Amino acid sequence: MPAELIRILIGLVAVALSVGLIGLVMVWVERKVAGHVQRRPGPYEVGPYGLLQPLADALKLVGKQLFMPDNADPILFWLAPVLSFLPVLLLFLPLPLGDELFALDINLGLLLILAFSGLAVLSLLLGGWASNNKYGLLGAARAVAQSVAYEIPLLLSVLAVCFVAGSLNLATVVKEQGTWPWNWNIMTQPLAFLIYIVSALGETNRAPFDLPEAESELTAGFHTEYSGMGFGLFFLAEYANMVVVCSVATVLFLGGWHGPVLPGPVWFVLKVSLLMLLLVFFRWTYPRVRFDQLLNINWKWLMPLAVANLMLTAFFVKLAQYTVVK
Amino acid sequence: MNAIKEALKTVSDLWSLMVGLKVTGKYFLEPQRTVRYPWKAVANLDTYKGHLELVGGMKDPFKPRCISCGMCALACPSNCLTVVKKKAPKPTPEEEKALAEAKANGEKVRDKTPKDPEKFLYDYTLCSLCGTCMENCPAGALRFSKNVYMAGYSRNDFQFDLVLKLRESDARAPKAEPAAPAAEKSEA
Repeated sequence: MPAELIRILIGLVAVALSVGLIGLVMVWVERKVAGHVQRRPGPYEVGPYGLLQPLADALKLVGKQLFMPDNADPILFWLAPVLSFLPVLLLFLPLPLGDELFALDINLGLLLILAFSGLAVLSLLLGGWASNNKYGLLGAARAVAQSVAYEIPLLLSVLAVCFVAGSLNLATVVKEQGTWPWNWNIMTQPLAFLIYIVSALGETNRAPFDLPEAESELTAGFHTEYSGMGFGLFFLAEYANMVVVCSVATVLFLGGWHGPVLPGPVWFVLKVSLLMLLLVFFRWTYPRVRFDQLLNINWKWLMPLAVANLMLTAFFVKLAQYTVVK
Repeated sequence: MNAIKEALKTVSDLWSLMVGLKVTGKYFLEPQRTVRYPWKAVANLDTYKGHLELVGGMKDPFKPRCISCGMCALACPSNCLTVVKKKAPKPTPEEEKALAEAKANGEKVRDKTPKDPEKFLYDYTLCSLCGTCMENCPAGALRFSKNVYMAGYSRNDFQFDLVLKLRESDARAPKAEPAAPAAEKSEA
């Protein structure tokens, strides 16, 4: 038992470190990609290729005064950023980076991730509500409507994969898949992958579904009133959530640590990075959808498709049990 | 039936997402358009309209083409131009004699007053760069400079004598080129 505890503690420290690092790297990648897509250089002044720019930004954020608006709810106002960041550390624990490289071997790993990522919505709601600001409140309302809606197709698409694998344990799901791309779940479940990516964008409030923080309508949405590290934590949590979402996609659809030649963890990180890059490209390519469009996409398209996909999968899984001899 | 058609159209319209990604992907790989200014200068200044400057003459590029008629000052809506004419040189005794003779004979006397201005005062703080002075100039002696880099510490730094400026560009420019690039250097 102590051995297990030590493993979790080491994992937590590693996760905390890597989340900080991911935040820094992603800020740089995001700004560089944005720059190059718009044919600008992006940050290039601080350090080689502007690599130290996010560090400078982070120092600025840490050094700023923490400020709370009049009549805001002090407890909820300061609780919200912490609450948005804390569960993120937990989300990384069950992710298997390699055959033996994971912090927490839990047979309901996927459930744990899905359950605790649900807390993010609560923090956005609290932050927007407690700021005593109309834009914050509108952003919070949007965040709730959006996240509640997009969680359903997300769960349904994930469930289809779990039907095939017969397990909610992420490591087991990976072991069911093979080395080569045609052995991965994306070949048998392409629709689920598509639904998963779209609803993951909705869940993480990334563009084109970044309505809770739509800057053209709501200044900054739920984090309008946050400055300094309060905003920094929301920001960090957003990027960490992106990584979690991409990691889960890698585990469920892209064969996790499987891949030829290179060792497992390298493949895992490579796949996650590619997915992250894709999400960043989405942000700088697609315009933000309107709110009714956002919900229409979910309820009229993703939901029925996810349900149909799930039922078909269940049918074939059952059929395979009777007919196919393994 | 219509509903199915609409749904199919929506699905086929998803292709536009791919087109969008193709566009941003292409731009991502193409070279940048930004000029990293303090390290690299902007090359394309042909369309830039800077402050007013005098055009040099055909023979002497550092002597203004201006004929001191004052049309520009008259036309200027912001009253930022003042043209000071040159006075006629004091005639020598022989010239005076010749003049008196010519007058006695009833001949028309040619005015010896130089046409180019003594001073051409220009207040850049008032100028709206409308170009009316250039349009009204009968001699084509005015133009906009290409001087992007002009900066000053006080309001007085922007009150020029354009004749002096043109002459100074002679002193600073190594070669007798049209005054535009030289004036740029003198201000930088």
